[in-house]
Amino acid sequence: MTVSTSATRPAPARPSLRRPDKFRPLFLDLAHSEWIKLWTVRSTYWTLLVTALGVVAAGAALSGAYAKHYQGLSAAAKAAFDPAAYSLSGFFIGQLAIGTLGVVIITSEYTTGSIRTTLAAAPQRGMVLAAKATVFSVIAAVIGIVSSFCAFFLGQTLLANKGLETHIGAPGALRSVIGTGLYLAVVGLLALGLGALIRRTAGAIAVFVGLLLVVPVFFQALPAASQSAITKFLPSDAGQALIGRTKFAPSSSLLSPWVGFAVFCAYTAVVLIVAFIALSRRDS
Amino acid sequence: MIEARGLTKKYGATVAVRDLTFDVMPGRVTGFLGPNGAGKTTTMRLTLGLDSPSAGRVRVGGRPYRGMRRPLFDVGAMLESAAIHPGRSARGHLLALAQSNGIPHRRVDDVLGLTGLDSVARVRVGVFSLGMTQRLGIAAAMLGDPAVLLLDEPVNGLDPEGVAWIRQLLRSLAAEGRTVFVSSHLMTEMAQTADHLIVIGRGQLIADTSTEEFVRQGSAGYIQVRSPDDRFAQLLRQHGATVTVGDDGTLAVTGMIIATVGELAAHHGIVLHELVAKRASLEEAFMELTKNAIDYQPRVADPEKRA
Repeated sequence: MTVSTSATRPAPARPSLRRPDKFRPLFLDLAHSEWIKLWTVRSTYWTLLVTALGVVAAGAALSGAYAKHYQGLSAAAKAAFDPAAYSLSGFFIGQLAIGTLGVVIITSEYTTGSIRTTLAAAPQRGMVLAAKATVFSVIAAVIGIVSSFCAFFLGQTLLANKGLETHIGAPGALRSVIGTGLYLAVVGLLALGLGALIRRTAGAIAVFVGLLLVVPVFFQALPAASQSAITKFLPSDAGQALIGRTKFAPSSSLLSPWVGFAVFCAYTAVVLIVAFIALSRRDS
Repeated sequence: MIEARGLTKKYGATVAVRDLTFDVMPGRVTGFLGPNGAGKTTTMRLTLGLDSPSAGRVRVGGRPYRGMRRPLFDVGAMLESAAIHPGRSARGHLLALAQSNGIPHRRVDDVLGLTGLDSVARVRVGVFSLGMTQRLGIAAAMLGDPAVLLLDEPVNGLDPEGVAWIRQLLRSLAAEGRTVFVSSHLMTEMAQTADHLIVIGRGQLIADTSTEEFVRQGSAGYIQVRSPDDRFAQLLRQHGATVTVGDDGTLAVTGMIIATVGELAAHHGIVLHELVAKRASLEEAFMELTKNAIDYQPRVADPEKRA
C-alpha cells in the first residue's frame, strides 16, 4: 500500500520490517501459524493425552481381562480371536478424544470470534483450512501411531500370560498397529471437517458421535442377512477394517483393510470438500 | 486508501448497509460515526473480506481484500475485542498472527512494547481487562506496520488515560501518512480525534465531511426559554420565531435574537423563569442528524409492532 500513501506526506519509515520474498510459500507460514495456535491452548494437551491414554490404557485393560477370562470362552470365540486387533481396542476411546480436538480447533475459532482475526490475516480461506487440516492430521497420526505401538506391545505382554500373543512380524500385525494410528488421524480430520461445516462445538460433536458411534448401532436392528451388506460401508466399519476384527465393527464381513480405509478416507474427503466450499462462500 | 462504491449488504430481509460510497484518505484520521446498529461493523467486515457484499464493492489500496496475500503488511485491523481466543496468551496470539503472514517473531515484542503489554505478555487473554484487550487488538493491528489501519470502536472500555493514549497514537499514525479509519458511536470522542468524519445511520451515508465543518454546522444555536405563561410560544411564533416546546414546557427558539425575545416578554408583561442562549452540543447535533436513522428507537406504546 506504500503506493497509495499521500504524495504530500512521507511514507512511513520501516527500516526493520520487510515483506517476505514473494516465492516463500504462504502455505508453510499458515501451517506454522496453525502449529503455534495448537500448542498455545491447553485443550490440545489434554485431548491428546486422553487420546493416548485411551488407546494404551483401555487397550491394555481389555487385553488383561481377555487373558484372565480366556478359559471360559467358546471354541468359536477363541478361533475368531485376533490378538493384534484386540490389543488395539482402545482406539474406541481414543477416537472420541481426537475427534473432540478436531472439532474444537475449528469451532473454538467461531465461538471466540478469532476466526475473523484468522481470515483477516489470511483471506486465502481454503489454504487456511488445508493448513489446519495438515498440521492437525500429522499430529494426530504421530500421537495415534505411537500410542498404538505402546498398546500393541503392552497388550501382547499381557496376553502372553496365556500364550495368546502375536508378534509385530506376524501377518497383518504391523498393518493393524499403524492402521490404528492412521484411522485416528482420519477420524480427527472427519471431525475437523464437521466442525468447519457446522461451526458450533456441541452440534459438530453430536454429529460426529452420531456418525461413528450411533449409526452403527442403529443398523444392528436390521435383519442379520442384510446387515453386513450395509454396515460394512458405514464410515466406522469401513475405517476400522484397517485395524482388523474388533468388537466394535459389527459387520460380519468387513471390507478388505485398505479398501475399507479408502472408503473411510473418501467420506472424510467429501466432508472436507463441502466444508471448504462452505468456508469460501459463507460470511464469517 | 479505502474506497467503497455502492456498498450494500443484506442479511436475509435486513439491509445492514445500503449503497455506501466513500473514500478514506491517507494522512488523516477518519472517524466512522454512527449509532449502534448503524452498520459500522458490517462495513468493516466487508472491507476486510470477512463478509461478501450483496452489491457494490470496497477496495483497500486499490485491491479487493480477498485477493491480498500476507495482508497484514498492508492493512492492520482491530475487530471487536472478542476476536481473540481467551485461552491463549497475548504473546501466543500475536506469534500465531505474525507467523501467518511471515512477520518475524521479534516484531511481536516490538508491538507488545508499543502497547505497554510486555509485563502481561504471557498471561491468558481471558483474564485481561477490556482495556488490555483493546491494547492487544491495537498491537495485532500494528504487527505488519501497515499503511492502512481499521479500528472498530478502539476506545470502548478504556480509562481516560487509555483514551488519551489512543488519540495520540492515531494522530501520530496519520501524521506518518497512514490511512486511519476508526469507528465509534461517540461523537464527542471523534470530534477530538478525527480530521474527517463519515457518518452513517441505518446503513446509509448521512455525512462525509471534515470534522471542522461538521462541528460548525452541528453547533447552530438556539435560545432556551422557560415561562409559566402558556401564551408565550404562540406570541413568539407570531413574531416570526420558530418554537419547539419540550416535554417539560421549555421552549427552544430559533430565528430570533435573544434580545428580541426578552423585549417581547417585557412588552407583553410575560414572566420569564429562564432565558439563555444555547449552543447544541456535538452529541445533540449527532443525535439530531441520525434521529431518523436509528433502527431501535425506544418506543413506549405500540405493543403490536414490537411483538
